Amino acid sequence: MAEIVIKNLRKDFGSFNAVKSSTFTIEDGEFFMLLGPSGCGKTTTLRMIAGLELPTSGEIHIDGEEVSQKPASQRDIAMVFQMFALYPHLNVRKNISYPLVSQGWPRQRVKQKVEEIAQILDITDILDRPVGGLSGGDRQRVALGRAIVRDPKAFMMDEPLGALDAEFRERMAEELRGLHDRMNATTVYVTHDQLEAMQMGDKIVVMNHGVIEQFGVPQDIYDWPATLFVAEFIGSPPMNFLRFGGDVTPKSKSIKLGEATVKVPHQHAAASGDLVLGVRPEHVSISDKAKYRGQVLASEYLGTTQIITIETQHGEIKVRAPSAQAVRDGEQVGLEFDARTLSLFDASTGQALISEANKGVLGHG
Amino acid sequence: MAEVQLTGVTKKFGKTLAINAMDLHVPHGAFVVLLGPTGAGKTTTLRLIAGLEEPDAGDISIDGRSVNRETPAQRDVAMVFQQYSLYPHMSVRDNLSFPLRSPILKTPEDEIKRKVQEVAEVLHIPHKLDNKATELSGGEMQRVSIGRALVRDPAIYLMDEPLSSLDAKLRADLRVELKRIHSEIGATLLYVTHDQIEAMTMATHVGVLDEGQIVQFGTPRDIYENPVSLYVAGRLGLPRINTLPASLFPGLPNEAVTVGLRPEHIHQGDGRDATVNRVEHLGDQTRLHLNLEGHELITLTDVHTTLTEGDTIKIKPENPLLFDGSGARLA
Repeated sequence: MAEIVIKNLRKDFGSFNAVKSSTFTIEDGEFFMLLGPSGCGKTTTLRMIAGLELPTSGEIHIDGEEVSQKPASQRDIAMVFQMFALYPHLNVRKNISYPLVSQGWPRQRVKQKVEEIAQILDITDILDRPVGGLSGGDRQRVALGRAIVRDPKAFMMDEPLGALDAEFRERMAEELRGLHDRMNATTVYVTHDQLEAMQMGDKIVVMNHGVIEQFGVPQDIYDWPATLFVAEFIGSPPMNFLRFGGDVTPKSKSIKLGEATVKVPHQHAAASGDLVLGVRPEHVSISDKAKYRGQVLASEYLGTTQIITIETQHGEIKVRAPSAQAVRDGEQVGLEFDARTLSLFDASTGQALISEANKGVLGHG
Repeated sequence: MAEVQLTGVTKKFGKTLAINAMDLHVPHGAFVVLLGPTGAGKTTTLRLIAGLEEPDAGDISIDGRSVNRETPAQRDVAMVFQQYSLYPHMSVRDNLSFPLRSPILKTPEDEIKRKVQEVAEVLHIPHKLDNKATELSGGEMQRVSIGRALVRDPAIYLMDEPLSSLDAKLRADLRVELKRIHSEIGATLLYVTHDQIEAMTMATHVGVLDEGQIVQFGTPRDIYENPVSLYVAGRLGLPRINTLPASLFPGLPNEAVTVGLRPEHIHQGDGRDATVNRVEHLGDQTRLHLNLEGHELITLTDVHTTLTEGDTIKIKPENPLLFDGSGARLA
């Protein structure tokens, strides 16, 4: 297994710049997520690491060796795709053995290795079945088996769960993460599903338009987004934005939102003009005594919790509340914000303002 | 808009019983979601109502009129499929106008124009009307195909997982949008999905399907809080309801064989020792994977919990759901 270091990686397709200048490090044994909307450059980044695309410029170090201009075959990396391609005329055992047989492994060792892998994947009982009749889940396991049987330096996975239905995806996500924990293999995983990234990743890179917007551990990214894009991309429902005009100085501990004063984490930077207050749905509560008010538009029942949509003078916000809390559509309610959790953004740059609370995560303040 | 009634409807495909003497009532103006896993009979139910399949027994009526012998066109239903099928060479406007120009409807052109504009506004796409269908994003294409159903003002809308091919963000947006469209036009909607979030957030009524039968019908809250069986209890709720043998907890009624625990049924702080297997941070919630005397369970905890793998916490059930040996709920 290996550490992967990416430095100033860039990829152009003709005049289109797919990846601008990425720098990040994937530590040995990490489950690493490349997250972003379609067209953000995440798959291109993955393909460059795997050697399926050559970068326009920049460096890729795998296990200390610079490989950016080497062909895929010399990088010792296994790829798992969204559409698992199995040999339909071969049985499960032969599908998994294939990479070893083609490397000229002796029969006995192949057999041993395949059985070991089958045990890890819990597919020992189907080893001699043809792949044709297998369920989607088993096919996916066989495809994984074929990737891991070679003991590569790292795994590249391109939306391996994208084609599965929601229920099954949840289960396979658990399984993949469990598998990773047993093998401790460095894994780079591409997805557009933020929940998948949060759920499975040790670290996440969030990309947009070929640029890395933020890089870090999932909970930090969720709590302290570096940009408006990240704040909106991560979380479901996403972070609420209350747009207001005002000033923030390096001493500010509160902001004026209309008539109401809202406490915020101690600010470290100055900004003025169009600003945005960012608050996660679970950090707003409905409270009669709160000064800041809004009108209930709708509520969506989710079982344990509900999402209440509220119209305020600074835009619509969504509140996650216990489903036992009764609210009526059209009702005026007071809104309390959990001061320690709030983020402020500069609307023109989209960047978060550095405060006492987020400086540890965003680190450039 | 109209109501739909299925009475004792049965449909077989060869030896497979797809729909088994199903009774279903879709009230006027309701948004009914049929929820069930692959193969439960959801899509077949829609196709039977649309007239794309013929029942082997039973009666289907729309607005009190038996439609068993009517063709799909006579039934006045509109269907939206999972895969949007637009005419790629036509503009959005022509795609939306197409159903109205059919020889059966023969709508006057000025009427078509008005109707298309109206629907485009409901769908928030009036500025895209003159784009070619192929110039739209996935979400816009799916909105146009929903729009193609809307222009016709049918008695009932039938939707077969219309959001499942879209990515997570778009799905969330269109969920809100569909709910809004439903309340704005006051249509009767029958919607099929295996996605429980869609069922919970959009439906006025949820019908849970199992092996070709409706096993429970009610409001989302009803189904979540008062499931009639283990099967139904497992269809709604994330993380999924935990099921443990009743013998683990003394003092329960004799008939109780299985205890169902949703996160809100697990009190943390006193009770029995459970070991933390894993802490899963999902941002807005943190899941605890626990082991209670050899049984695995998942619950929610404080987002910024300091608990880690290997820690021990005390838990006890609080108003759990109880089930008998057959999986039926004990009241």
